[in-house]
Amino acid sequence: MRPQDILLPVASGLCCKPGGFHIDPVRPVERAVITHGHSDHARAGHGAVLATQETLDMMRLRYGENFAGTTQAIRYGEEIRLGDVSVKFHPAGHVLGSAQVAVTAKDISIVASGDYKDAPDPTCTPFELVPCDVFITEATFGLPVFRHGDAANEVKKLLASVALFPERAHLVGAYSLGKAQRVIALLRQAGYDAPIYLHGAMEKITQYYQSRGIALGELRPVMGVKKAALAGTITLAPPSATSDLWTRRFPDPITAFASGWMRVRARARQRGIELPLVISDHADWDGLTATITATGAGEIWVTHGQEDALAHWCQSKGLRAKPLDLVGYGDEGESETPLQDEAEA
Amino acid sequence: MNRFAELLDRLAYEPGRNNKLRLITGYFREVGDPDRGYALAALTGALSFKHAKPALIRDLIASRTDPVLFGLSYDYVGDLSETVALMWPRRVPRHDESFPGHPSPPPSPARGEGAQLRVQRQTRSTTDRDSASDGGTTLSVPSPLAGEGQGEGYRGRDADESTHSRNHNNPPPPTLTEVVTTLRTLGKTELPKQLERWLDELDETGRWALLKLVTGALRIGISARLAKTAAAALGDKDPHEVELIWPGLSPPYLDLFAWLEGRGEKPVNRDPAPFRPVMLAHAIEDTDFQNLDPADYVAEWKWDGIRVQAVAGRDEHDKITARLYSRTGEDITGSFPDLVPSLRLPGAIDGELLILREGRVQSFNVLQQRLNRKIVSPKLIKEFPIHLRAYDLLGDDANDLRELPFVERRERLEMFVKKLDDPRIDLSPTVPFESWDALTAARADPASAGAGEDADAVEGVMLKRRDAPYLPGRPKGQWWKWKRDPHIIDAVLMYAQRGHGKRSSFYSDYTFGVWTAGESGDELVPVGKAYFGFTDEELLQIDRFVRRNTTEKFGPVRHVVHEADKGLVLEVAFEGLQRSPRHKSGVAMRFPRISRLRWDKPPREADRLETLEKMLKGETAEVEA
Repeated sequence: MRPQDILLPVASGLCCKPGGFHIDPVRPVERAVITHGHSDHARAGHGAVLATQETLDMMRLRYGENFAGTTQAIRYGEEIRLGDVSVKFHPAGHVLGSAQVAVTAKDISIVASGDYKDAPDPTCTPFELVPCDVFITEATFGLPVFRHGDAANEVKKLLASVALFPERAHLVGAYSLGKAQRVIALLRQAGYDAPIYLHGAMEKITQYYQSRGIALGELRPVMGVKKAALAGTITLAPPSATSDLWTRRFPDPITAFASGWMRVRARARQRGIELPLVISDHADWDGLTATITATGAGEIWVTHGQEDALAHWCQSKGLRAKPLDLVGYGDEGESETPLQDEAEA
Repeated sequence: MNRFAELLDRLAYEPGRNNKLRLITGYFREVGDPDRGYALAALTGALSFKHAKPALIRDLIASRTDPVLFGLSYDYVGDLSETVALMWPRRVPRHDESFPGHPSPPPSPARGEGAQLRVQRQTRSTTDRDSASDGGTTLSVPSPLAGEGQGEGYRGRDADESTHSRNHNNPPPPTLTEVVTTLRTLGKTELPKQLERWLDELDETGRWALLKLVTGALRIGISARLAKTAAAALGDKDPHEVELIWPGLSPPYLDLFAWLEGRGEKPVNRDPAPFRPVMLAHAIEDTDFQNLDPADYVAEWKWDGIRVQAVAGRDEHDKITARLYSRTGEDITGSFPDLVPSLRLPGAIDGELLILREGRVQSFNVLQQRLNRKIVSPKLIKEFPIHLRAYDLLGDDANDLRELPFVERRERLEMFVKKLDDPRIDLSPTVPFESWDALTAARADPASAGAGEDADAVEGVMLKRRDAPYLPGRPKGQWWKWKRDPHIIDAVLMYAQRGHGKRSSFYSDYTFGVWTAGESGDELVPVGKAYFGFTDEELLQIDRFVRRNTTEKFGPVRHVVHEADKGLVLEVAFEGLQRSPRHKSGVAMRFPRISRLRWDKPPREADRLETLEKMLKGETAEVEA
């Protein structure tokens, strides 16, 4: 059996014929295995969905009770049989509930890692290295210019700015699933104990994180708070909101954006960001290359992002590598509907 | 260096002037001598060392990285210094590095149930392929993964870069002082090795700032004036005071900072050719004339050039030093070396910098070709001969004339220019008039009122009180400027873009167009962009209109409906036109702004491109693409 007999990229996503399912399908399919709750990976309308409890809960929060025909929760480390293959979930360290999916048939094991990061994150289970024969990796930050450093330093930068401009409000653009909660947790780790304000679009998902036992301190909805009272405060909002009408309720706001893209100045300036915070929920270049090496996989399939550079690197290290040309993931375009904000980085 | 880099980084993103000032002043307060002094020198362009060429930087990165990866990265980032700063791989010893002590991730409440299944193998080597392919055993390395042993010397990824370097007994990153003083004395052949060492020692932002500094391309939107203002704010001083003593100061400005912090005397400007703060005019309004007597005033043409102060003085060896200053006191002598030999007599001339060809003043468009050039080539000097048109004399040899009434200074000026007898320096003529009506007529038609062939370079008239002393700043009632009326057209709003900073929630940058014959009937062609001129209330109205009438979105840009019967007509005022092959319409406007919103006018009645083309006839200059 060849790897492509087990998993094959098709228009609707990664298809596992012998197992009879798709991983993170972009179109409705009969049986879907979902790696994590971001909207470009977890879509509504599938017949049956297999995912972690957290991912299923997030899909329910977002799409309503009837987001799929049937659902099945699977735990990290749990292995189940689907058709002729076995499927095992491992933590991906990307957001709460995010998983890598190991698909094994006979003697070949393929790990579809979804989105992952190998950096510490107080809001989710750390990335687990899964040795395999074929490793499917994302390449969102698959260029050597993306090296993300320690997120704690970025939060320090934010707090220094709050101290320097106490009469202004700080608006932090952050994707509402995962990034926002991570930024809040990092602020708390840095000793910031004032109330943190939230844009309405991220209240529900943040409450969900809290319900899963993640301590985020005192959070308040920003709605209805007087302008003057927001001086010196920090508010988290979906990135698109930080440059729109909504910001007029804040006193002379400073716009920050917590994203791996902020590593590149032009990207930050394009969006009119005044305080870029390089905090990413994806592995950076060093993380991608270190992980690829560590899996021991001899063949690497590269999906969404900078496939060419990462595939080139793999080849230069003597690994077989190919871009998968899957479409529909990681679209990062400016959007004004909060939902698409999770096409995140 | 890292702290200075942090400042530059922050400044590069900060749009507001006041906030920039606060950031710089904050830096001066926080950072000691002599680093802050060299920072001030860097921001004011007062550092002098031979700049590194981009080719050198390319060579450095080529020796350390894969050329394909560098190419892809450079394409993506678009800026050489930034690309190199971001991807610069540290030289990590390949074999002697044991597994660095990565901190385990903090315990997470969300740690899944799968955690207990994991086998912890902390000492796993990432290059040890055999152990990795031993079947289905689930391994876990503490996150983040170690990154050593990849053959390219990427640093072991880890928390703080500085603690990382300390772990390995690396030298501490260089200070700004160290960088600047080393660069001053470093030989050309030693530069690459030195740069490489610094790049290894600095963090990403530090590397970026270092490369910007050594290539001489800071470009972070800070003028020398702004940096000096920030320094003045450190000691609650008027920026003017700093400007006045500035020519006598040199990096790292220990005496300046001592004075600003109240620890020392005010430094004395011993410069033989110091700058004197300039006198500025108020814009005159129609209602002002009734209170003014024409007999009290002298009129001159208002030239469309650059206001400068040309100062010459004798140094201690009795040699003449000449300098050219901008109206804010920036020394711009270096950009106009061709004028220096003409400043032979000690004195201080207030005047307008112009380009003269065969005795004719060229338009501002032509003068612009000589501005902001890094290198002033002989060709540039030849094709754009510089000229000083003098209208005031502030000092004559050692005599300060600023207390004298204008008419007396004018007499002295006439004598001074005559004595100079230099083809590059002449007098700005006065415009005789007896009544405001006569002056109105002269302003409307400068060509027949004495300006002759130079009329195109006249942008109005200046009125100066006969008895006015030369006062710094903008004193009331002394000098007036009466600009020519701007050109006006009615154009149609086509695209709108979000503004920056305070305006980031508003669509405040507007692209507008006029009608022209297209393949299928009339169509709108963009002719310019404007982002001011409107009131706050009007901004709200346009913003609302844009949001309700968007037809398409491209990132931050919105297509706004612009059809014959649907759309918003903007009255656009502008100072001049020039041909521009870079614009689809073939014309470019100077200083366009929104002067009125024409809600009453249907777009079909907006102006046509032909109207602009007719206006172009007066403008002779062409802009090189």
